[in-house]
Amino acid sequence: MNACFERAFASRHTALILLMVLLAVVLPASLDIFRLNLVGKYLSYAFVAVGLVMLWGYGGILSLGQGVYFGLGGYCMAMFLKLEASDPVSTRIQSTPGIPDFMDWNQLTELPLLWKPFRHLPLAMLAVILVPALLAFVLGVAMFKRRVSGVYFAIMTQAVALILSVLIIGQQGYTGGVNGITDLKTLLGWDIRSDSAHYILYFTTVLLLGLVIHACQWVQQSKLGTLLLAMRDKEDRVRFSGYDVASFRTFVFCLAAILAALGGAMFTLQVGFMSPSFVGIVPSIELVIFTAVGGRMSLVGAVYGTLLVNLGKTYFSESFPDLWLFLMAALFIGVVMAFPDGLAGIYATSVRPWLLRRRTAALVAAPVPQDGNPASP
Amino acid sequence: MSNTDYLLAVEDITVSFDGFKAIEGLNLYVDQGELRVIIGPNGAGKTTLLDLICGKTRASAGTIRFKNQEMTRMAEHDIVRAGIGRKFQTPSIYENLSVFKNLEVSFPRGRSVLGALAFRCTDEVRERVRAVADEIGLTGSLELGAGLLSHGQKQWLEIGMLLMQDPELLMLDEPIAGMSARERELTAELLARICRNRAMIVIEHDMDFVARIAHKVTVMHQGKILAEGPMDAVKADPRVIDVYLGH
Amino acid sequence: MSPSELFNIVAMQGFAGLSLFSVLLLMGLGLAIIFGQMGVINMAHGEFMTIGAYTIYLCSHLAETFSPGLVPYYFPLAILLAFVAAFAFGWLAEWLLIRHLYKRPLDTLLATWGLSLGMQQGFRSTFGPKEVSPTLPDWLLGSWSPTDGLDIPINGLFVMVITLAVCALVFLAMFRSRWGLRVRATVANRAMANATGIDTRRTDRLTYAIGCGIAGIAGAAFTTIGSTGPTSGSLYIVDAFLVVTFGGAASLLGTIASAFSIAQVQSISEFFLTGSMAKVLTLSMILVILMMRPQGLFASKVRR
Repeated sequence: MNACFERAFASRHTALILLMVLLAVVLPASLDIFRLNLVGKYLSYAFVAVGLVMLWGYGGILSLGQGVYFGLGGYCMAMFLKLEASDPVSTRIQSTPGIPDFMDWNQLTELPLLWKPFRHLPLAMLAVILVPALLAFVLGVAMFKRRVSGVYFAIMTQAVALILSVLIIGQQGYTGGVNGITDLKTLLGWDIRSDSAHYILYFTTVLLLGLVIHACQWVQQSKLGTLLLAMRDKEDRVRFSGYDVASFRTFVFCLAAILAALGGAMFTLQVGFMSPSFVGIVPSIELVIFTAVGGRMSLVGAVYGTLLVNLGKTYFSESFPDLWLFLMAALFIGVVMAFPDGLAGIYATSVRPWLLRRRTAALVAAPVPQDGNPASP
Repeated sequence: MSNTDYLLAVEDITVSFDGFKAIEGLNLYVDQGELRVIIGPNGAGKTTLLDLICGKTRASAGTIRFKNQEMTRMAEHDIVRAGIGRKFQTPSIYENLSVFKNLEVSFPRGRSVLGALAFRCTDEVRERVRAVADEIGLTGSLELGAGLLSHGQKQWLEIGMLLMQDPELLMLDEPIAGMSARERELTAELLARICRNRAMIVIEHDMDFVARIAHKVTVMHQGKILAEGPMDAVKADPRVIDVYLGH
Repeated sequence: MSPSELFNIVAMQGFAGLSLFSVLLLMGLGLAIIFGQMGVINMAHGEFMTIGAYTIYLCSHLAETFSPGLVPYYFPLAILLAFVAAFAFGWLAEWLLIRHLYKRPLDTLLATWGLSLGMQQGFRSTFGPKEVSPTLPDWLLGSWSPTDGLDIPINGLFVMVITLAVCALVFLAMFRSRWGLRVRATVANRAMANATGIDTRRTDRLTYAIGCGIAGIAGAAFTTIGSTGPTSGSLYIVDAFLVVTFGGAASLLGTIASAFSIAQVQSISEFFLTGSMAKVLTLSMILVILMMRPQGLFASKVRR
């Protein structure tokens, strides 16, 4: 359309390509498989962060319960893997062979009806998407139709996170309780614990993440993206321009839920277990801070934010466990008070002008790097 | 519940907030192509009346029919889609978007989720945006951020956003508030132009402006209609004078 | 089952409900003032309660070490100190943090969550990761049995009395003091309150600090029921928010009504279900009702 617009569009693509080069070339070349698997685990959180950019940054709706959808996606995947790992032969010492071990410990003698569809991979993969989407749809319609927004929405989503985590922990026989679903071994006979599997799963995660970001960029470019921004700032004007605000909000809430669920499923595959500790309130808010650190308006930034915070967490909680929570506190407060646009904002206001100045000063004809790389190790 | 020839028929409408009746038993009829101005002291219920018609506030009793279609239970966006446009008292535009985008977003296509995803800015849309921008005098500022416009231009932009929807009934809440004399002049001309193929309801305080644009004037007081008719007749009505000049 | 046994069960069950009611109300009161009157989401509310609890622990420790004769009497003074400590921290937090974020409620939420993380680690570094309990005076222990087979725990009664007292004081302050008038004026119309000479910034700070101080009293009272650890506060926060939201954010009466109904549902369902399922049931009911009536139980229709 106009030049400014096209430049922004081009820079988006460059930023995504640079991110993909970092994740798919630089990191695999420089890290061993143990560390790479760790990065893969962080990247599965990044799906949630990308969803939060759409929901919170663009839609202006803060959900403090994204752990719910991450968990649901992860559990759906884990249920399939658990059933595959609980074949009658390897569970023959149980009083009821052929059902998951925790069910046996809880005196269940039969696979619950809820678990039966998860014997089939296609159904389980469908459930990864549909279960969270359906929950988000029901909650979204109920709340957005009644104009629940802002802090009330945040509190309600938090309550959902609390309910689900209490439910999972309380229903040990059906969910594995506080330990979660563990000892996942194979996917259709393919050992997901081997190094080669970790490599393949890592690259699958990176590819999926790239596709997801690309799709979200496309949504942002569409009229729907403009409308999301418009209703974030002037809800009534959009409504009285003939748009059903609730249906757009429900859409973006479902989108964020599906992305979170994809992340959860990739998490389960890479890490080999799923537990309620990813569902509750604390992990849900941590997911928000990943987004805030990366920049709530930047899809690519959200990935860097997630990587950076998690690298910091791993490093500090190994070396200075006391310091980590203080640092996390400072991160929350600092990002909100001083850098509301996160890393992406710092890049846009400080790094890019500096790069541009340098280029002008040096009169070099080389193209300007379009994205800083704050997360490089 | 008889059908009428009126474009808009508001009958026996009442709305109360915790027992306080902001509007009580009010009747209002607007013809096709009519420019109606509503005046009245502060708190008379003028804005509430517009809120009722566009669905922002729900009536406690009474009916609102637009083209003989009952509106009181309809969702806001459906009322808009039926052909009623509403401008708010303070300019309500998307300050972070360009003037072009402001107008484009208001184009009445791609209003569903899927429609918005599939929407493309075609030549037809661009032409319409140019035509409306021309009408409201913002052709030169299409690429400007809407937040950079002057107060008067923001008011025009919001009117333009409504024109994009081509509503059959346009409701404007104090469109010239905060405008300079020159801008008022231009606005009066604009309203006269856009009124040619649609009905309008305008709330305004400035009596010279009202006299200039109104076909018919409705005076509201304490939630009821005090007088209705041509400006000169209303001006001479002793009850109206009483309300405006005090007891 | 004899009629007297049945009566005892009903009485104890009723008392359990009332006891939970006072706990919820005490948690919610401070939050209702901060959230309801100022619109600020204070995620660190639980940590301010923990400050109160640790104050009691410190006082009991001091009394034991320096003058064991004072142990029976230190408690009332310690509760006062708990208020003062939480009030002071609240004042500081408002000045350093909250006042910069009044126009951004969602950001306040994140910032106060950060604050709560920092405070938790602060507690852990100071008092250690283990849970602690103060030495309670003898008169707070044991139970009261008006009839045979009926045991009413004294600590439950004590929390109830504290709740009543705090409630009465809050209502007095809100509707009879200059501060209350200023707060209500500021809530109703900030710009107008400013124009009539009310220092709304000072009012905000005082309101926030008083809300935190009440949280401190709540934490202090809860030491009679359970032990205190660095993360104790985080267990309460969602419940407290639901109590306030369910009641209708701007209404103190609503907070009382909602604490009462939530407590009754929870304690009755606990009689029939396991603890966790009772919690799930109660929370889901609150959620469903809030979805149907987002403004909460008590909300006034205002002309806008």
